[in-house]
Amino acid sequence: MLEIRNLKAKAGGKEILKGIDLTVKAGEVHAIMGPNGSGKSTLAHVLAGRETVEVTGGEVLYDGRNLLEMAPEIRAREGVFLAFQYPVEIPGVSNMYLLKAAVNAVRKHRGEQEYDAMEFLALVKERMKLVEMDQALLNRAVNEGFSGGEKKRNEVFQMAVLDPRLCVLDETDSGLDIDALRIVAGGVNALRGPRRAMIVITHYQRLLSYIVPDRVHVLAQGRIVKSGGKELALRLEEKGYAWIEGQIAGPAAPAAGA
Amino acid sequence: MSTEKTSRAGRDRWIAACARVRNDAPAGTAWMDGLRTRAAARFADVGFPTTRDEAWRCTSLQPVENGRFEAHPAPRPEALTPDLFQQLTFEPWDCNHLVFLNGRYAPSLSRAAHLPAGVRLTSLAEAVVEEPGLVEPHLGRLADARARSVTDLNTALMSDGLFLHVPRGTVVQEPIHALFVSMANGAPAMSHPRNLLVLEEGAQASVVESYAGIDGGAYLTNTVTEIAAADNAVVDHVRLVRETGAAIHLSHLEARLGRSAGVSSHVVSLGGGLVRHDVNAVLDGEGAECTLNGLYVLDGAQHVDNHTLIDHARPNGTSRELYKGVLDGRSRGIFDGTIIVRPDAQKSDARQVNRNLLLSEDSLADSKPTLEIHADDVKCSHAATIGQIEENALFYLRSRGLSEEMARSLLVQAFVSDILGRIRIGPVRAGLECLLFTRLPRHHPPRETA
Repeated sequence: MLEIRNLKAKAGGKEILKGIDLTVKAGEVHAIMGPNGSGKSTLAHVLAGRETVEVTGGEVLYDGRNLLEMAPEIRAREGVFLAFQYPVEIPGVSNMYLLKAAVNAVRKHRGEQEYDAMEFLALVKERMKLVEMDQALLNRAVNEGFSGGEKKRNEVFQMAVLDPRLCVLDETDSGLDIDALRIVAGGVNALRGPRRAMIVITHYQRLLSYIVPDRVHVLAQGRIVKSGGKELALRLEEKGYAWIEGQIAGPAAPAAGA
Repeated sequence: MSTEKTSRAGRDRWIAACARVRNDAPAGTAWMDGLRTRAAARFADVGFPTTRDEAWRCTSLQPVENGRFEAHPAPRPEALTPDLFQQLTFEPWDCNHLVFLNGRYAPSLSRAAHLPAGVRLTSLAEAVVEEPGLVEPHLGRLADARARSVTDLNTALMSDGLFLHVPRGTVVQEPIHALFVSMANGAPAMSHPRNLLVLEEGAQASVVESYAGIDGGAYLTNTVTEIAAADNAVVDHVRLVRETGAAIHLSHLEARLGRSAGVSSHVVSLGGGLVRHDVNAVLDGEGAECTLNGLYVLDGAQHVDNHTLIDHARPNGTSRELYKGVLDGRSRGIFDGTIIVRPDAQKSDARQVNRNLLLSEDSLADSKPTLEIHADDVKCSHAATIGQIEENALFYLRSRGLSEEMARSLLVQAFVSDILGRIRIGPVRAGLECLLFTRLPRHHPPRETA
């Protein structure tokens, strides 16, 4: 579904991604771990189409098509979803309004009939249960005055409503207490399926006890320096990122593929 | 200097116009003649302000001074087609409408039906003749004291306008709509509408003034409204400017609030080429409460200058002010707001906010707050921002599938939503939302999906 080849990118004039290779197939969940500043969020933003990140090399294929040429909204309509690390507050725009506009943009793009108010409400009611979303939050402005946990829950809720094929979760676990983490992870797990792929970006192994990945990649200094099964996350937890950094500082850093 | 010369010639032309009105006026009342003569004399003395005057530093009145505007006769009422009428009166809004064409009252288009006993709602010209006892004590008493020469010009040349008198303790539930429509019809037209709202103790009313032009010709609207709100009176006032791009619109709202009176003013500027508003409120009784809201949504070469003055003259007064501008094209929006707290006005609570959203490289916003505080136990704050659409928010919306156009439009709507939400007259608010959200996204189509 997703093929990233030798991807290089700059943000703020600084080279952040220095050649990423990653292949994700439908039905798989890949975890990307790494220390602060390793390029995790930059990778997420490149996939979603953020214009402040400049791609300087390599390619990204989504179902065999050039993802990098698509505008952010086209990616979204084609089924790419980014759960933001820092969801944006938008005073004056209601959550429901945004969701309805988003759902119908996706449906229209797929050549499907747009939902009317009733159908949309039915969909929302059903998906709300996934993340135990409070109805009151839906009528409020997008993320305005939401707690950290509510914002993350709202991201996963949007994901559930939009029904994407490629989900990128950017540190969706950061700043969550254990209850919120359980709820968010439960929502994500409910959305796992054979036709959907997920990239779960995290700093902590903790999330991966709830969302068990098929593959784990370690990102450091703009490159994937190690890949493995879910047990890699446990080793990282045990030994810390210094272990990885020690390895790349050493002579031959093993190139990683998926 | 050549500008000086043009100026002199321009001023002389205006002085002559004032003299003509006095001569042409039907056997007027002596007090009315006196009012006009004094105003004309003040204008002759001072002339138009220049951009060297601090209050007019951003707005030149040269186009007024040198324009050859004439008062046109009232067109036939049929000129206002049912379609236009419907559009301009927010149909199906069933309220009291007073319609003025080129500044002259059009009774056949007007309707004053839903009024409690004792309330006087007529054209000002009629009231001057029929109810001088209600008009004379107020007309010119508030506005003319401001030493604003364009106001003097209005007084000298005033044609007609809305007169409302609400007796003690009476509540007028239905809003009142005064609609001023200009038609240039080939030659530069002018009108000088004059409105007077008198609310006795405990009275209450809502008034909407709207101004529109219906052909492409140049014209000038120079309007003045006085609101005398006695103790405990409540007034909700909306000024809606939908003039054409060829229009010059000058307005002055002067309100005096008695003890515990409440006045709110909403000034919405959508149209007009050159627009200047002066909104002044004097909190002249203890515990008065005043709200000044403004919204200017501009495009092309539009120029809108908002000047406000809130004068806390007595203790325990509250004022809330929020002005917002959305500027596109090469437009310029100015907010210049002054708050004065007099030595006597302890425990005053004043809050002023001006926010501007620039949608284009070439648009320009000016924001100038002034606080003059002469009392020591007060709460006063002000904030001003000039910004652009936030890249973060735009990306967030696009990443959810909304087109860039739609995301922008949605963010602009969000920006103005709180101002619109404060307009309490439902049909006007709804009409405005509709007007704005079909107009705003001229380059940003509003509904791609929803």
